Amino acid sequence: MKNKYDFLFAGVGGQGTILASDILCEIGLRCGYDVKKSEVHGMSQRGGAVESHVRWGEKVYSPLIEEGKTDFLLAFEMLEAARWPHYTAANTVAIINRHQILPPSVNLGQAQYPEEKEIESILAGTGAKVVWVDGAAKALELGNAALGGVVLLGALSIYLDEPVEVWEKTIAELVPAKFKELNIKAFQAGRELMQK
Amino acid sequence: MKKIMSGNEAFAYGAYLAGIKVGAGYPGTPSTEVLENYSRYPGAYAEWSPNEKVAMDVGIGAALAGKRALVTMKHVGLNVAADSLFTVSYTGTSGALVIVNADDPSMHSSQNEQDNRHYAKASKVVMLEPADSEEAKRFVKIAVDISEMFDTPVILRSTTRLSHSKCVVELEDEPADVAVEPAAYERNASKYVMVPMNARQRRLVVEERLKKLAEYAETTPINYIEPGSGDIGVIAAGVNYQYAKEVFPEATFLKLGMVYPLPERLIRDLAGRVKQVVVVEELDPFIEEHVRLLGIPVKGREVFPGIAEFSQGRIRKHAAATGLVPKEADTPIFQTSQLPVRPPMLCPGCAHRPVFYALQRLRVAVMGDIGCYTLGAAPPLGSMHSCICMGASIGNVHGVDRAGVKDRTAAVIGDSTFFHSGIAPLINLISNGGNSTVIVVDNRITAMTGHQPHPGTGWTMMGKEVPNVSIDALARAVGFKKVDVINPYDFKLVMDTIREHTSSDEPSLIVSQYPCVLNIKEKKPAPAVDLDACNECGNCLRIACSPMTKVDGGVRIDPALCIGCGFCASVCNQGAIKVPN
Repeated sequence: MKNKYDFLFAGVGGQGTILASDILCEIGLRCGYDVKKSEVHGMSQRGGAVESHVRWGEKVYSPLIEEGKTDFLLAFEMLEAARWPHYTAANTVAIINRHQILPPSVNLGQAQYPEEKEIESILAGTGAKVVWVDGAAKALELGNAALGGVVLLGALSIYLDEPVEVWEKTIAELVPAKFKELNIKAFQAGRELMQK
Repeated sequence: MKKIMSGNEAFAYGAYLAGIKVGAGYPGTPSTEVLENYSRYPGAYAEWSPNEKVAMDVGIGAALAGKRALVTMKHVGLNVAADSLFTVSYTGTSGALVIVNADDPSMHSSQNEQDNRHYAKASKVVMLEPADSEEAKRFVKIAVDISEMFDTPVILRSTTRLSHSKCVVELEDEPADVAVEPAAYERNASKYVMVPMNARQRRLVVEERLKKLAEYAETTPINYIEPGSGDIGVIAAGVNYQYAKEVFPEATFLKLGMVYPLPERLIRDLAGRVKQVVVVEELDPFIEEHVRLLGIPVKGREVFPGIAEFSQGRIRKHAAATGLVPKEADTPIFQTSQLPVRPPMLCPGCAHRPVFYALQRLRVAVMGDIGCYTLGAAPPLGSMHSCICMGASIGNVHGVDRAGVKDRTAAVIGDSTFFHSGIAPLINLISNGGNSTVIVVDNRITAMTGHQPHPGTGWTMMGKEVPNVSIDALARAVGFKKVDVINPYDFKLVMDTIREHTSSDEPSLIVSQYPCVLNIKEKKPAPAVDLDACNECGNCLRIACSPMTKVDGGVRIDPALCIGCGFCASVCNQGAIKVPN
C-alpha cells in the first residue's frame, strides 16, 4: 500500500463530479485507507466550476490537497483541466475528458475556448503527464451523457492497484439503482480505453 | 462500523445520538445540511423557521421546557439571532441549548467573512470547535453535557471546510431514549423574566459561570497537549489543526476543542515546553490576543494573513517565509488568468430572468437582496445595484427614495428572504408614508440553498401540509393599495407593470410568481431558430441564458440544456425564435 494518493477533480456543475469523488473516497475506505474529501457547494448547481479534493493515506490530516502535490488530476471538462496546473507536479497524471462545455463569455463570442494543445502546454509547465480520454463520446455511445465521469474512474483505475471488484461493487452501490448496470459498463469502457 | 460523513452529516448524527428532541434553523450555506440530516432521524422534530431569530427562540423555548434543543444557521444568521443569544446567556435553560453556527472563511457563498468566535466572548457563552467529522459527532454530546451541567447555551462553531469536507466517522449504538420524561415548564420568574432587577442578579451568575467554565477548559479532554520534539509549540483548533499537523509534523501541539473560554494553564504549560509558541488560526487573532494577554511571546498574525481560509500550502508558504519551517522548491508561476471564467449564472428557464431583463431595459436602479436572484447583478443583465444582507432591499429603496433620487427605483427581494426579514420594512414603507416599489420574485421555495420550504410554500420540513402565507394578501392587509401578481413569462406584462409601478406616486408591490424550474423539474421542447429570419441583433444573447450560443449567422439553442420556457422567443423582434406548439 502506497502511503498516500491525492486526486483532484475538476468539472462543471451538473456533470456528476461530486458523485464520482464520493465513489472514489468510498473505494479508498474499503481498501483500508484513511480518507478525506473536500469541495465547495453553493453556486455549483448554476453552471459554475466545481473542484473536489479526495485523499487516501495511512493517516490523512488536511481535507485539502497541497499545491504542487496531487498524484492525479481528473478533469471532467477540458477547460477546467487547464485551471489547476499549480496543483500538479512531474509525477502527476492528468486524465482529461475530451468534452467541452462552453462558458458564457465564449457563447457570447467575447472569449476563445482553448485548443487541446494550449491545455497540454499549460499542464506541461510542471511536466505533468496528460492523458486524454474520450469519456463523453463513450458515455453518449452508452446512451447517457452523465456516464462520462464513471468512464474517467475506469481510466483512473488502471493506474491503481486496488481490486477491480471493489471499484465495481462500490460504483454499483453508490449510483442510482436503475443506472447500476450502465455505470458498470461505463467503468469497464474506461478501462478498455486505456488498454488500447 | 465506519462511515464517511460530511461535517454537517456528523453534526446531525451527533444530535441524534445526544437525544436532541427539537431542531430549528434557517437555511444558509455552509450550515444547511445539519438540520436537513437531523430531521430524518427517528424521533426528531425539525423545522425551518422564517429567520434565525425565530429559530433561536424556538430552540430556547424547547430548552426552557427541559428538552435538548438544536439551533442551526450560518455565520451571518447569528447576527439576526444575536438579540436572543445575548439574553438566553443570562437565563440559561433547564434543558440543553446547542447552536451549530458555520463561518465561511473566503466567502465561498457569503457576503462577509466575519469571525463568529467573537460572539462567544461577547455573549459570554461557551464555544466548541471540532476539527473533523468524528469530532463534530462527539462534540454535540459534549455540548449538551456542558449546557446541562453549567446551565448555559453552547455554540458549536464550524467552517465551510469542516461542514463540507467528508471523513471517516465511527458509528455508535442507538441512543437511549431521553424523551421519557414529559416536558415541563419550570415557572421561575427571577431566572427567566429578564427585567432589570432580575437581569442584574443573573449578570452575577453569568460571571461565576464563566469562571467555572474557564476551570473546566483546563481539564476537559477536548483540550490537550500532543508532545512533540523541537522548539515550536503550535496552538490550533478546528480544521486549522489538520493543516498545521501537515506543516509542523514534529511540533508540540495544544489542540483546542474549546475556543471560549480559553485554558490559561494549558497555554502556559505549552509555552514552558517550547521556545516559540505559534498560533495557527484563520480570520481574526482571537486565540493569539489571549496568549499575548498572558504575557507569552507568540507568532500568529505577523506570520499568517488574516484574510481568507487557510490550507496547508498557504500555511507552509508563510511559515517558510519567516523561517519557521524549511523552504520548499518554488512552484512555477502559471498563466491561467487568460482562460475564460465560468461564473455561476441564472439557470436555463429561471423565472427571475425576465424581471431582470425588464429592469435593465427600463434602467431601474435596483436595491437587491440575498438569493439566487442576486445573480441578476452579473453582466449582461447587470440590473442589481445594491445587496447588503437578508431583507435589506426594502429599507434601502425607501432610503434611496427619501434621499431624493430621481431615477426609477425598486427593491427586488425573493420570497424566502421576504418572509425572513422583508415584512417589517414593508410595513415601514406604509407607516412612514413612503412611495417605493417592491418586487417580490416569488419562486415558491428557498431555492438558493437547495429547495427548503418557507411560510409561502404550504408544507413543512417534516412534510406536513399547512396554510401558505399569501404575499399579496399580506401587503394589502398592511395598507398597500397598488398590488399586482404577474406571470414573469408574459414579458409585455412584466414591462408594463414595472413601468407603471415605478412611475406611480404611491407605495406598490409586484409579486412575480412562478415556481423554481429546478424544483418542479419543468422541461418543455426547446424553441427552434430560423437563421434566415435572424438579423443578429443580439437581444437573445443579452438575456444570458446558457443554452444559447452564438454561431455564424445567428444563434443555436442546446436542446439538452434548454428547458423550453420560451422567454428568448419573446425578446426576438424578428420572430426568428419559434416556440414549438
